[in-house]
This record gives sequence, structure tokens and C-alpha cells, in this order.
Amino acid sequence: MWLKLGQRLVSLMIVMFLVATMVFFLTRLAPGDPAALMLGDQATAEDIAQLRQVYGLDKPILVQFVLWLKEIASGNLGHSIFLQRPVIQAIAERAEPTFFLALFSVTIAALVGIPAGIVSAVWRGRPVDQIVSGLAMLAANIPSFWLGLIFIQLFAVRLGWFPVAGYGEPGAPFVERLAHLALPATVLGIVNSALIVRFTRASLLDVLSDDYVRTARSKGLSEARVVLRHAFGNALVPIVTVVALTAALLVGGAIVTETVFGLPGIGNLVVSAVLRRDYPVIQGALIVVAAVYVLINLLTDIIYTLADPRVRY
Amino acid sequence: MVQTPAILFFRRMFRRKLVLAAFIVLAVIVLMALLAPWISPYEPTSIKIIRRLKPPGELNWLGTDEFGRDILSRIIYGARASLGIGFAVVLVSMTVGTLFGLLAGYFRSLDGLVMRFVDAMMALPDILLAIFLVAVLGASAFNVVLALSIVYTPRVIRVVRASTLVVRELPFVEAARALGVSTRRILSVHILLNVASPVLVQATFIFAYAVLAEAGLSFLGAGVPPEVPTWGTMIASGQQYADSSFWVVLFPGLAIVLAALSLQVVGDGLRDMLDPKLRKTL
Amino acid sequence: MDTPHLLSIKGLEVRFRTEDGEVTPVRGVTLSVAAGETVALVGESGSGKSVTSLATMGLLPRPAGRVSGGQILFRRRSGEVTDLVTLPLPELRKLRGSEIAMIFQEPMTSLNPVLTVGEQIAESVRLHMGIGHGAALRRAEEMLGLVEIPNARDRIHEYPHQMSGGMRQRVMIALAMSCNPALLIADEPTTALDVTIQAQILALIARLQRDLGMGVLFITHNLGVVAEVADRVTVMYAGQVVETGSVKDIFQAPRHPYTSALLNCLPARARHREDGRRVVQSIPGSVEFVKEGCSFAPRCTLAADICRTGAVTLDDETERSVRCLRWREVLA
Ligand SMILES: Nc1ncnc2c1ncn2[C@@H]1O[C@H](COP(=O)(O)OP(=O)(O)OP(=O)(O)O)[C@@H](O)[C@H]1O
Ligand code: SF4
Ligand SMILES: [Mg+2]
Repeated sequence: MWLKLGQRLVSLMIVMFLVATMVFFLTRLAPGDPAALMLGDQATAEDIAQLRQVYGLDKPILVQFVLWLKEIASGNLGHSIFLQRPVIQAIAERAEPTFFLALFSVTIAALVGIPAGIVSAVWRGRPVDQIVSGLAMLAANIPSFWLGLIFIQLFAVRLGWFPVAGYGEPGAPFVERLAHLALPATVLGIVNSALIVRFTRASLLDVLSDDYVRTARSKGLSEARVVLRHAFGNALVPIVTVVALTAALLVGGAIVTETVFGLPGIGNLVVSAVLRRDYPVIQGALIVVAAVYVLINLLTDIIYTLADPRVRY
Repeated sequence: MVQTPAILFFRRMFRRKLVLAAFIVLAVIVLMALLAPWISPYEPTSIKIIRRLKPPGELNWLGTDEFGRDILSRIIYGARASLGIGFAVVLVSMTVGTLFGLLAGYFRSLDGLVMRFVDAMMALPDILLAIFLVAVLGASAFNVVLALSIVYTPRVIRVVRASTLVVRELPFVEAARALGVSTRRILSVHILLNVASPVLVQATFIFAYAVLAEAGLSFLGAGVPPEVPTWGTMIASGQQYADSSFWVVLFPGLAIVLAALSLQVVGDGLRDMLDPKLRKTL
Repeated sequence: MDTPHLLSIKGLEVRFRTEDGEVTPVRGVTLSVAAGETVALVGESGSGKSVTSLATMGLLPRPAGRVSGGQILFRRRSGEVTDLVTLPLPELRKLRGSEIAMIFQEPMTSLNPVLTVGEQIAESVRLHMGIGHGAALRRAEEMLGLVEIPNARDRIHEYPHQMSGGMRQRVMIALAMSCNPALLIADEPTTALDVTIQAQILALIARLQRDLGMGVLFITHNLGVVAEVADRVTVMYAGQVVETGSVKDIFQAPRHPYTSALLNCLPARARHREDGRRVVQSIPGSVEFVKEGCSFAPRCTLAADICRTGAVTLDDETERSVRCLRWREVLA
């Protein structure tokens, strides 16, 4: 068991290393001198030369890479000249809206997706299954920014139930934050529930034909108990996996929604960094997002190891 | 009627009405894109400020945008860019992904390295990776295709590798090897033909994802230049007028939903037909 | 019939919808089990034994399978006789596990891997006996003791994967017996186990049957087993009953050519072999679908023209029946 987790840890570290490698070398593909890019249009030749030295940009690229890796491994993601602060700080300042948005979105997605998937599997082939599967398919193919715009029009502009955009004044009470998060979280919840519906349906169908489900029925248990206790309990692993994965991908994947709703989150930070070509911020954000993904994966593995009796012993 | 395999294929595929309907919708959209100059009521770029932001009506069925351009015409022309980019992404990612997938699945020594790279790329959300690549490469239609191809290639690699792992153990591959058929030929003929159907299914899905992602990038201002009419740029430039003129945003979005949805449904139908085992579950 | 049987299946027909159209794996099965009696249901693989037993429990895979004809009459504890085919599902659920219990062919997969064996037994007990969780767990412990699992007190907290196949099948038996069912259906309970374990399980079922006075429908390939456990035998071929009789009658004077073929390929050691399939497969040929006449005709050494055209029915004498036009000649 510990061996398996150890192997997993190693392969996740390799993934992190490769992400860092990709991020570093792809950034170097960008046309233009990185130092000039960092300083912007008004920079003089001396400024640029000085910055090249400070950042070691005059050294061979492999040396730069190793130095950069060292910095990252020690938690230093660089400095943003545009924002005039360390990248890690810029990201930390933006983490809260992103965190709550991801949390609420995945909660909504799971609360909608899991029951819908169960219903769909239990009555497979029936009208209710066709409706649920059809809606899931629809949800998966709606662009979230468009749904966001429509929701803003309907529920914020016309009905006035929610604020149109933003995250409230600094230091606003949490209820106000909630009001700001409600619409974007609903949009992302709907869009992301599709995959959860599909996975729940598929993994439940998979176990519903297992022998122990027949045994459970032969005991005279109600169908609800057979499905919810016996089948669902065994279908949980893939379902939890897809929920965790959804959560992980929402941390950096809510870019468009954050932009539509003007939420000052990490996605928003990335978009403005891209438009300003603020590469240290882009790089840092990619590293952090990948790290969160890797950590959530590791956490899921640990939970399985602790929860599944077959693995535990 | 002669029962050629092709006819049988389509018969079975369209047994489900929904798949047939989706196929028709898709065909209409593709035709629209191909015949744009002949069927669109106006020039997509002709500006008429006096007719700006007119609601849907007799002159402009789907209304006009902030420059008085006809939305229907722009949607029709937008189909060219949106579907064109999507299709190019499919071609590139299929080609590259199939190549690497075959190699990873067939040669044990390459497998670890290729799959770790796949894992690494999949650790980043699609849209984040895409926007990063566009930022690095520069915003243009060509670079959007390149970026999205890079984003979706890992999916193809996974699918092709998984199928290759199965197919390489089948007796006919063994037989071909025993008969001295070259590895290259085994890969390019025997295995490729057998992994073709999952790849085809994946192609329709990636087509749908790419249409959605292109729209997202354009919306963020990190896609094709705003003056090119794509469904994404239409929504992006129209959003500030949505309060008063919902149609500038509504209709291009519906076009995206319709295109992506029908691609997905057709892909699902294909999969059901090509792989009956999956029908019961997914 | 003067004393109504505990279970009496009459003309049962089961159909399955499949990709390539409808199949009828059970075509008019008639058999009965009296209280306190063990009836063996034998026949080669695919003859429809499991489908018959699943139909009785109302556990045919839905929506593909359904009972398309016949009756399954069951005498309840209350004395009332009900047809399980038409009984509404909620009513049937009350019988499942409490009055009719079943042991399945696959001990390795028939228990839920994520629940402890104690929970799985207690769940049934709580439902049917209406007692609390603690009392139900004690009942589970008692049942594990009854099926001769040592350390029952600790083992109720174990998960199925911590147990061997033989132990799991004992748990299945304990589970089936936990609410004192009147009828036990055991579908090849020992096929998947190795020889020594098999003998122990058989002895266990026989003892519990005697002690508790259940009726048992015992499904098997293995004629050697039949001689050990059964009072009466029903032989199935291609979805039909071809012969029924007491163990003594069947073994000493089989009337159906299929039954004699089965007995002929029973080597002296078959009694100690676990693999019943082997015995049956030594009859030349394989099951074919027959539109008209006797299903066994394509493989029958005595087949005559009349067998291929005539209506072959189950001639139903009390307690002894055979589906063969020429059975008198078999005897000769
Ligand atoms: N779910 C199903 N769908 C379609 N046909 C089925 C299904 N289950 C069983 N059958 C058919 O019913 C026939 C009888 O199967 P059954 O399991 O009753 O045989 P059996 O006598 O129990 O054989 P065995 O000794 O192998 O257990 C089989 O030939 C099979 O084709
Ligand atoms: S009816 Fe004829 S073919 Fe059938 S078992 Fe009897 S003798 Fe054989
Ligand atoms: Mg069976």
C-alpha cells in the first residue's frame, strides 16, 4: 500500500517536472527578448542589459533552466514587473475567489450530476434516461461564457437577483461574496455536471450487473437500498475520481467564467498577464495550477487507500 | 436496393433518430459554411451605422450588431472560420496523436516517456494551456490551430495507444510478424486500420471541443483577431451591448451550441455503432 | 396432488430479448419441491437451470428477461398458495430472503466487497426479523457459527476478500439461512470450489436441511453429487424437463435416453470429481435448436423418424415422468 502510494508520488513529481520543463522552454519560444518583454515598451537598452544580468538571461539556456527549477522548487515563482510584486504574492491575492468558485461549482456539479446519473442508470433506456442523458450532452456543449452572459442578462440585469459582476468591495462580508459567486458557480456547475452524470451512469451500470447486486436483491432489499447501498458503494471510486478531477481542473480552467463575471481570480490574472505578455505571472500560474492538480490527485489516491477495504488490508 | 457496406453502415448509424437529426444539422452548418458567399443575405463586413443594433426583423432576420452588420450573414461566414479552425485542429491532432500513440503503444521503450508527457499536458486545464500557447506564439488563426492541436493531441495519443496495446497482441499481428512483415508495415497497415474506429470517434469529439475552445479564446481576446467574424469574436464584441440588444450575443452562441452538440451526438452514434460493447455503459 | 407442494413450477417459459432477436432458454419447465425434500435439478451447461431458479426468485435480468408463460406456485408460511409470477414486486420482496433464499453459483463474486460479511447478513436479518442492529449482528455471528466458521465473533467484521472461496460460500449459506427460509435454492453451490471443500459444503447443506426441515432445490451438473444429497431428480435438456423421478428410479432405471447417456458417462470416480461438465460433454454432439419433434433427437442414439415429427410431451405420471416417445424401448 505505501509502496503503491510512493510510486504514485514519484510519477506525480515527474509530471510536475515535465510541466515545469514545458512551461520554461515554451516561454522561450516567444518572439523577442524576455528581458525586453518584461520591461515593456519604454525600457532603455541599459535597463534591458541590466535585467538580463539580474535574471541570468545572459547565461546558457540550460543553466538558466536549472537555476529556474531551483527557484521554483524552493517556492520562488519569480517577480512581476508589471504588478511590482512577487508572482507568488500576486497569485495568493487572487486565490480566494478562485478557490470558492471551484468549491461551489464542483459542489453544484456533484449535487446535480450524481443523482441524475443514478436515475439515468436505474431507468436506463427509459424516457427519463433519455432526457437526463440528452440534457447532460447539451450542458457539455454550451460555452460557459455564453451561458454566463445569458445568466447575467436574465438573473442580474433583468431580474436583479444577483450582482452583475465583480466580487464586492475589499473586506465585504462573506454573504456578499456568496451573492457574487452564485451565478458563476451555477454556470460552471451546470457545464461540469455533464461529465459527472456520464461517469455516474456508466460506473453504476457497470456494477448493477455484478453478482453481489443480485445477492442483495435476493435478500429482499428494496431497490433503493440495492442501488444506493450495494451498487453505489462499489461505483464510488470512478465517481469520486471524476469529481476530484473536475475540482482540480476548475482551479485554472475557470478562466473564461471568471472573465465574464469579472471575478478577480487566478483565471482573470492569467488573462490580463497574457494580454500584457507578463510571462513570469503566466509561468507561475501554470506551475501553481498543475501543482494543485497533482496534489488533488495524490489526495484522492490517499483517500482510496484509506477507504477501500480491499486496499487497506 | 443494393446492400453495400456503406449503406448498411449508415442504416445502422441512423437507427437512432437523434443521430440522424444531428447529422442533418451538421450537414446544414457545413453547407452553410461552404456556400457562404452565395447564401448569406449581406456582406458580413458591410457596415451600416444607421441600422446598428436593430432587433431581429424582416430586413435582418437575426438582427444587426453594433456596426449595423447583419448577424445572420456573420454567423454564416463565422461558420467558415469556426468550423475551419476546428477541422484543422482535428486533422493536426489526429495525425500527430496517431503517430505518437502508435509508437507509444507498440514500442515499450517509448511508452513511458510519451505517456508522462501526455500526463503533464493533461495536468493543465485545456483552456489554460491553450491561452498560454497562444500567448507565446502570438494571436492568429494559424497559431490558434497550432495551440489547440497541441492541447488535444494528448487525448488522441491516449486513445490510440490504448487500442494499439490491445491490437498488437492479436493473432494476426503475431502472424504478420512471423511472416517477416516489416514493423513499419505492421504499424501503418495492420494496426492503423484496427485503431481507426476509436480515432474516428475521438475526431468528432475533438472537433466539438475545438469549436468550443476557439470561441473561448476569441472571447478572451487571445484568439483570432477580432475583425475576423467567428462565433467567438461575435459574442466577445457584442457582449457590451447585451443589456439592450440580447440578439448580438444569443444567436452566435446558439450556433456554437448547435454545432458542438450535433458533433457530439454524431460521435456518440459512431461509437455506439463501431463499438457495441460500449453501448450499454457510456 | 393431495398435499400441495412447497414449490410447484408449472409449464414455466422464459424469454430473453437479445441483440439477435428473442430466445427462449426455458420452454415449459414443470417441477416441484415438497417441504423437507431435496430435489436435484440436473442438465448440461446452458440447459436453463439457472434461468429457472432466477425466474423463481423474480431475479431475471431486467428488462431483457421475462417470464412469458406458466406458473410458479409457492406455499407461504401462512399456508396460502401464491403464484410468484404474478405476485407484485413489493410482495415478492417480502418473501425473498425470508421464505425463499438462494445461494449462487459464484462464491467469489456474490458477496459485496465493500461491506463486512457481518453487515451483509445482519442487513437481511434486520429487514425480515425486525430486530435492531446489535441483535442482528449477534444473529449473524450465530449463523457463521452454524456454518462452522471458526472465530465467528471476529470474522463478522471481515470483508469477503479476506476469506477463501470455501469460507465465502459458507457465508453465503449463512446469509441464505439467516431468516429460516422454507425453501432454499442452491445453484451449483460447490462447482467453483475444490474437491475437499466441496464435500464439506455439501455435508453442511445436507445437515442444515435436515435440522431445519427446508425444501431444497439443488442445481448441479454433477450426478455424483445428486446421489449424495437428493431425494428426487429432475433432468433438464435444452430448456425442457426430460425426466423426473426418485433418485433410486433415475439411477437404477432411467427412462430417457439423455438420462441414460448422462449416467453412462459417469465414471466410477466421477463421484469424487468436481467437474461435472466433463461428464456431460462426453455425450457426442451439442445442443441444437429443434423446431419440431424431440429436442434431443439430433444426439439420440434411439432417434427414429417419429421423434423428428411427432409431438413429444412430458407424460406426466405422478412422481415419475419422461419426455420420450420410445422410453419403453430404452428400458428394454
Ligand atoms: N441474460 C441473458 N440474456 C440472454 N440469454 C441468456 C441470459 N442468461 C441466460 N441466457 C440463456 O439461457 C440459456 C440457459 O442459461 P442458464 O444459465 O440457465 O444455463 P445453466 O443450465 O444454468 O448452465 P450452467 O450449468 O452453465 O450454469 C443459455 O443458453 C443462455 O443463452
Ligand atoms: S423421443 Fe426419440 S429422439 Fe427423443 S429422446 Fe426419445 S427416442 Fe430419443
Ligand atoms: Mg447456471
